[in-house]
Amino acid sequence: MIKKLAKYIGQYKKYVLVAPILVLLDVIAELSMPLLMSKIVDVGIPGGDNGYIVRIGIYMILLAIAAIVLGVMNMKVSATAGQGFGANLREALFKKVQSFSFTNIDHFSSASLITRLTNDVNNLQMTFIMGIRLMLRAPMMLIVALILAFQINAQLSLVLAVAIPILVIAIAFIMSKAVKLYAVMQEKIDALNNTVQENLIGIRVVKSFVRQNHEKKKFKKTNDDLTAAAIRAANLALTAMPIMMFVINGATIAIMWFGGGMVGNGTMGTGELISFISYVMQILISIMMLSMVILMIARAEASGKRILEVLDEEVDIVDPVSLTTDTTNLQIPASGMVAGPVNTIKTGKVEFRDVSFKYAVSGSGEYVLNNIDFVIQPGELVGIVGGTGTGKTTMVNLIPRLYDVTDGAVLVDDVDVREYNLTDLRKGIGVVLQQNTLFSGTIRENLLWGNEHATQEELETACKDAQAHDFIMSFPQGYDTVLGQGGVNISGGQKQRLYIARAMLKKPKVLILDDSTSAVDSATEAKIRESFHSNLKDTTVFIIAQRISSVNKADKILVLDDGKIVGMGSHQELMAGNAVYQEINTSQQEGVLSNA
Amino acid sequence: MPENNNNNNKVKTEQRGPNMGRGPARSFEKPKNARTALARLITYLGKNKGLLILVVVFILLSTASSLAGSYFLKPLINDYIIPGDLPGLANALLILGGIYLVGILSSFFQNRLMVRIAQRTINTLRRDLFEKLQTLPLRYFDAHTHGELMSRFTNDVDNVQNALEQSFPQFVSNILSFIGSIVMMIVLSPTLFIVTAVVLVLMFIIMKEITGKSSKYFREQQRTLGMANGYIEEMISGLKVVKVFTHEEKAVSTFSQLNEEYRVAGTNANFYAGVVMPILNNLNNISYAATAMVGGILSVAGRFDLGSLAAFLQYSRQFGQPVVQITNQLNNVLAALAGAERVFEVMDQEPEEDNGIVTLVGVTKKQDGSMEVLEDDGRPSHWAWKYPQPDGTIQYVELKGDVRFHDVTFGYEPDQTVLKDISLYAKPGQKIAFVGSTGAGKTTVTNLINRFYDVEKGQITYDGIDIKLIKKADVRRSLGMVLQDTHLFTGTVMENLRYGRLDATDEECIEAAKQVSAHSFIKRLPQGYQTELSGDGTNLSQGQRQLLAIARAAVADPPVMILDEATSSIDTRTERLIEKGMDKLMEGRTVFVIAHRLSTVRNSNAIIVLEDGQIIERGDHDDLLEQKGRYYQLYTGQYQLT
Repeated sequence: MIKKLAKYIGQYKKYVLVAPILVLLDVIAELSMPLLMSKIVDVGIPGGDNGYIVRIGIYMILLAIAAIVLGVMNMKVSATAGQGFGANLREALFKKVQSFSFTNIDHFSSASLITRLTNDVNNLQMTFIMGIRLMLRAPMMLIVALILAFQINAQLSLVLAVAIPILVIAIAFIMSKAVKLYAVMQEKIDALNNTVQENLIGIRVVKSFVRQNHEKKKFKKTNDDLTAAAIRAANLALTAMPIMMFVINGATIAIMWFGGGMVGNGTMGTGELISFISYVMQILISIMMLSMVILMIARAEASGKRILEVLDEEVDIVDPVSLTTDTTNLQIPASGMVAGPVNTIKTGKVEFRDVSFKYAVSGSGEYVLNNIDFVIQPGELVGIVGGTGTGKTTMVNLIPRLYDVTDGAVLVDDVDVREYNLTDLRKGIGVVLQQNTLFSGTIRENLLWGNEHATQEELETACKDAQAHDFIMSFPQGYDTVLGQGGVNISGGQKQRLYIARAMLKKPKVLILDDSTSAVDSATEAKIRESFHSNLKDTTVFIIAQRISSVNKADKILVLDDGKIVGMGSHQELMAGNAVYQEINTSQQEGVLSNA
Repeated sequence: MPENNNNNNKVKTEQRGPNMGRGPARSFEKPKNARTALARLITYLGKNKGLLILVVVFILLSTASSLAGSYFLKPLINDYIIPGDLPGLANALLILGGIYLVGILSSFFQNRLMVRIAQRTINTLRRDLFEKLQTLPLRYFDAHTHGELMSRFTNDVDNVQNALEQSFPQFVSNILSFIGSIVMMIVLSPTLFIVTAVVLVLMFIIMKEITGKSSKYFREQQRTLGMANGYIEEMISGLKVVKVFTHEEKAVSTFSQLNEEYRVAGTNANFYAGVVMPILNNLNNISYAATAMVGGILSVAGRFDLGSLAAFLQYSRQFGQPVVQITNQLNNVLAALAGAERVFEVMDQEPEEDNGIVTLVGVTKKQDGSMEVLEDDGRPSHWAWKYPQPDGTIQYVELKGDVRFHDVTFGYEPDQTVLKDISLYAKPGQKIAFVGSTGAGKTTVTNLINRFYDVEKGQITYDGIDIKLIKKADVRRSLGMVLQDTHLFTGTVMENLRYGRLDATDEECIEAAKQVSAHSFIKRLPQGYQTELSGDGTNLSQGQRQLLAIARAAVADPPVMILDEATSSIDTRTERLIEKGMDKLMEGRTVFVIAHRLSTVRNSNAIIVLEDGQIIERGDHDDLLEQKGRYYQLYTGQYQLT
């Protein structure tokens, strides 16, 4: 995992390479202090040599100043590398997510993708920075201090041979247990948050059923569970500290005992003894620090895993290979007809050839569409009706290749959609999704999504066709009215008209409206439909609608039931001979007041 | 020489790995009124206050032992090591070991105690917060996002916990050891202390300088991070639209720009936050060097001894750490107080006001029509309102389900009237339907019946009693609600059904599910009635969830039902299937229905057409068709609701 993530260091690699040198120098400077100090004590003071003392003192001060410079540089380097790594990772993720197909999007929820791009990346970034700062420092401290201690007195270093294993074993034991306990604690935290969240979302249910006490009881249990788990985990983690202190203090006493004897018989200087103790402490603390870094990385592992899941996700809808790698070679589409190397949509003929489809993600594995087979001629207006869950949306989503068929083929202009360059295909097809969004910015900016080079005149034409112009002009700022995120400041019907205008601006050869006028009143809806008839003569239009009245003037109406086409024809034809259509019509005669 | 407490702190702050990510984010938060927040938090410690004294005692002990351990170097070197007095050394080392042991044990017990205190305190805090939330009026939830309230439970409570568990005791111990070290240094050598003091002043000045800079860069970091995250959120939520408009490349390039801005700001912020450590540590080293040098000269001059020098050096090494950490810890404590303040803010909200005196009791009806109050909690055949009269007697009014609005005017905001002079009546057993555009006030009517909100002008009566006199809990208990947005809870299907009536048996729940045609789909679920629903029942379709919600209301079996778009996500054909069940469910009850579909509405006793908060038409289906007004237009499709 680390290897995979490491490549996102990219252009900041030089910083990562410089860091160890800076840290090493910094460590050497810092660890020289006690050694120099011992010279003052053992050489300067007994010799009464003030000049020597001052000289060594100045060395020490210079070293400290050097260490400041090195430390500051290291901070700069680690901050640059860490933030750079984070930025690269974020960008790679963002790019990857933008390449996702609808299947991939369904695989992760939006919320989880957002968390991965925000929290998880920040988590890794922080770990990375701390990693450079600590992970390099701790082992270097350990090694340099070991060397120095050994040099001062090899015999005394034997104390470490006892102390280090004890410490390492104790820490390893505690850490292995603690990881499990913290995982349990995390589960309890999640459970508690879940309870709170449910209560916030369902507060009306709780209140109307008068279940406050029931919820309080539930909460008390999760709350107490969490507290117990937290105390258990913390108590275990707390034992690490006394053990470490015990080892360090024990080692100190042992060194003073053995070292004291050596000072007494003159084989060791007092200063040496003091500095030796400093080193031993550094060594043991470094081990402790190292274990903390390991723990930190272990915790970041979850974030890393979640990020890699996104990066490793296989995008199932990509441009055809022949187009991206070999443009000179004319490809033979599945339809058997030879298409030009650039597949822009010219006429808007749409054909479904024995298409069956099932969603890759949903567990049931049941086919949503079965053997769909039809041909729509360029410029036709097609209505699609059927109950909820009968596959209407799924069917039209196959045309711009938002999903790939499981069996059969969808052809536009007699070319299999899988043979098109994705961008070209989608540029030629306008889709107004059922679950649509506006983005923060002005109305104009949102409309320009359809065509970024559109002139004001084109904007107005599209908006007039979509019956949006009048209400836009009723705003003081007109087309420059700023919309909040998701267009919170305009009504549902107004949003839907903007969605339609935006899609029309693409001047597509195929326009798909998925239940796009449900919040628009019928008079306005009729006007929009009218403009389809008069202004979109060359565009093939698919309209999914709940109301038969929305589609009864269509050239062709497809009736879907349970993933199959059970009727196709004009309103009159279907009324004459299609049971499902008649049934839908009857149920609506009783009236659907609105689909809001 | 062991730096008992200081290391302790250092390692422990590092232990909190995940927190580091958001660490700096909270460092600059300040409570509005630290003192009141603190006072209130202290009351929360409650019975743990005694333990807190013990904690302070332990902190004192461990600080003292750490200081004493360092001081002990002086006699150790002067009296035993240099003269080579081995038996004396052994003795002294034993004493030193004792001192260390006291230090280790007291800091261990202190930590354990503090964890206990902190966890207990925040347990109470969380519980009180949750229980408070349950009492708050809906207005409060309207005005605050879920995310905002969730962060009271997560960030704010976490901050309090961290501060209690770590920052606060460390803060105390650092201040103690800081002061202690200074005192000990002065005792050992006032001259040398002057050297240390100079560096100390330098430390404070530099620290202030950096903190000022770093908070500026930090704000910039937060701003750019907010923009980048906001863009991520928007582009991912609208990803399908991005794909349909082949806008991927543009999105990536805009994001690259925001990402770069954040990278630059983040690098600066991080640099300044990180730079404090090496600078202060090494200033401390300079002080150490200067001390060694001056101490050396003093020793040569015979005005100082080796043992004192060693001890002094030890102190000067130690006291740099507290200086570095004290500001950090103070910031954490302040952040925690700010968090506590926000938690208390919620707790200070006015709870749902309820001056009701009338309660709901189970009764049995005798032959002569008189009622007898049931004492036990069993399921009564009839219900009655227990209505204490001003003269002290108690009147029992049978619950029939007669609801009347008398000139009711209401608005969620004082200056925005949603309902104007609404008068209507629903006699027991009648089905009343509301029809109208979004925002016409249909749901508001039902919100007033169950007292989610109280009327300002006019009056609602329930079986002749002013609804404001009836306790909210009792009004609601008499009503069953099925809302458009169904909310289910984590747990099994069975548990969710039982939410309607906690003492319902499995059989009763299944019976209710059968009644509303939910049984067949439940049986097809992997574990049937024992299937676990996760996260608000996301593993079910919207229609299935609505069926469950209807069944849940059927389990409750209330005399009055409110169905607010209860079948909106069930397609027309399925709706026909459950029609019978719904009819049976509504039988003999007063029912308020809000629906878009005329099929749900047409057989109502009265249909009320609302527009802009006013009743514009009323009557049964045939009346209204005859009137040829708005309902007629709707019905014939000449007019569509928005």
